[in-house]
Amino acid sequence: METGFLIIAGITAVGAIAAMSLRNLVHCALCLTVAFAGLAALYLRLGAQFVGFAQILVYIGAVAILIVFAILLTRSNETESEAGRGRGKWSSLASVGVAFLVFSVLSISVLSGSMANRTAQDLPDISVKEIGLQLMTGYVLPLEVIALLLTAALIGAVLIAMPEKSAANGDAQTRVAHRSPTEAGEKLNDL
Amino acid sequence: MTTLQGYLIVSALLFAVGLAGALTRRNVILVLVGIELMLNSANLNFIAFWRYGEHPELLTGVMFVIFSISIAAAEAAVGLALIIAVYRHYKTTNLDQMDSLKG
Amino acid sequence: MGDAVDQVFVLLKHWLLGFCPGSLQPLASILLSIIPILLTFPLLFAVTTILERKGLGRIQNRYGPNRVGPCGLFQPVADGLKMIIKEDIVPRAADKVVHFLAPLALIGPVFLAFSVLPFGRNMAAIDLDAGLLFFFAVGAGSELAVFMAGWSSRNKYSLLGAMRAIAQMVSYEVPLILSSVTVVMLVGSLSPIKIVEAQSGYIAGLPQWHIFSPWGLAGFILFMIAAAAEANRTPFDIPEGESEIIAGYLVEYSGFKFALFFLGEYLGLFAICGLGITLFLGGWNAPFAFLQWIPSYAWFFAKLLALIFLFIWMRGTLPRLRMDQLMGFAWRFVLPMTLLNIPVAAAWHYSRAWEFPAADACRWAMCLAILAFAYVRLGRGLKQGRKYGKRIYRFAD
Repeated sequence: METGFLIIAGITAVGAIAAMSLRNLVHCALCLTVAFAGLAALYLRLGAQFVGFAQILVYIGAVAILIVFAILLTRSNETESEAGRGRGKWSSLASVGVAFLVFSVLSISVLSGSMANRTAQDLPDISVKEIGLQLMTGYVLPLEVIALLLTAALIGAVLIAMPEKSAANGDAQTRVAHRSPTEAGEKLNDL
Repeated sequence: MTTLQGYLIVSALLFAVGLAGALTRRNVILVLVGIELMLNSANLNFIAFWRYGEHPELLTGVMFVIFSISIAAAEAAVGLALIIAVYRHYKTTNLDQMDSLKG
Repeated sequence: MGDAVDQVFVLLKHWLLGFCPGSLQPLASILLSIIPILLTFPLLFAVTTILERKGLGRIQNRYGPNRVGPCGLFQPVADGLKMIIKEDIVPRAADKVVHFLAPLALIGPVFLAFSVLPFGRNMAAIDLDAGLLFFFAVGAGSELAVFMAGWSSRNKYSLLGAMRAIAQMVSYEVPLILSSVTVVMLVGSLSPIKIVEAQSGYIAGLPQWHIFSPWGLAGFILFMIAAAAEANRTPFDIPEGESEIIAGYLVEYSGFKFALFFLGEYLGLFAICGLGITLFLGGWNAPFAFLQWIPSYAWFFAKLLALIFLFIWMRGTLPRLRMDQLMGFAWRFVLPMTLLNIPVAAAWHYSRAWEFPAADACRWAMCLAILAFAYVRLGRGLKQGRKYGKRIYRFAD
């Protein structure tokens, strides 16, 4: 095990755990980006350059930004409401237990499996061109399906998030009374 | 422990953390974050197996992850749009309080 | 001789590497690639601040800074000293850790972006196969830094500025990438070095730069519009519009942290201009074959300064857009134009095989006609049926 791997893996794991356990939602989102960046670094270590950069571009550049936007727009940026936390103490414990069980089963099977003697093959020279050729030949059908899916997601997201006309007008009246930065941001998104 | 096992354990840990988060947290956005983490752990598995597999030159794992990343992006966009739409209606992001089907 | 001058920095690096023991050579090689970037671009930043203030002064019919040193040339030094000496104020309500990390999160990725740009022949810090993707990936990091700065300050103006900045950067990143896609398509590579190589060579004395083709010209203009928005330059400087939200996400920053933000913003501008040069303006290639004796890096920096001048000029000339105008412009005009530019580039590529006389003129006419038609149609769409009458000014007498 190389130290480089251990450091990156540690950062990724700490980032992920912090993202799921911190109280402040914006801190969670920022820690999540640390985990995403760590994952990208792991991809780069594994020789998947294209995927590593795509991971940074999509997850840090788009998904993380979307998440912080959603946090601010829903005004849940302070802390989670106390009511929801206290009530489900036992169910939370049970969930963590389930997750721990999953982790231990997975790691036991990984450690005891036949993967111990698997060594890395020589990394073939994978250029971006090769990936592009594969996408355009063998994987052209999935590519088209993804294109369709992304278009549908784009239209769907816009339609869902678009405020209903009458409701929006009603909101505008109440909004003026107490305007906070997040609400101003919400307006900004409406533009 | 070989390096492949190291990657797989990191991936298992990420999956478990994401699962625990998705089950325990009450905020919809954090549940979505947990799901994203689980998706990412699967991606790490694909890349690790591709690298340590028999035929890395076939690029199967890389292709799968590229598609998976694009699907995850679409999923996040639609998911967060849904969250915002639901928030407009219920004025909350707490999952426990969104409990009525009738608006 | 000319070759030695052209390669002087490469040779210098190899000469210095010769002094290193073998085991340290990879590390020393990396350091020798990074340190020049770390020194050159902040220096260029200092030069640009004085140029900008002087240039804006000229445009606004005043002198600009002229007190410190000869002709005010030492103004950046004075500015720097002032920034460092100033008290570093952190608001009591601020999220201290995030507030501290935000400038660093901005500066780091910006410097990384320079590592894939070829500044001259054989002068790129790293030769990545997916260099362009790397550039855009690290560029995405700066959005998060802006958000961190705006949110952690606990100030409604900063938050407003950050939200505006992110909305703007996300919307303009799409046209930015799409306008680069045309170049990637026709060159067939994501590596900036290969893209520059594809633009070397001259036909009838004219350089083979991408800007000298209809899709390249349109792509370059669209790229520069998107670049101005990405770098928060006028007319797209709404996130830090001084007259509306003071300084946007920078409100609560002072002293050295503010200087870091300022530096990061300008470095981002340099990086994106450098990318524009690499993609459309032939990188380090000389504009004419007989000018090739001038070293390649001199051409790169000359082009960079020309683009910076263009931005200063724009800042002195254009008024700031409104938020809805900005978003409408991005989604209703720039994005469709970039999308259309992709098929135009393809048409240009495949019409290469045309054999009949005046084929070149026909290709130009066809591509330009498509682009001009779209320009007119989309421009009408932007107006949304509003009639703009002649503007009437009323002066107080």
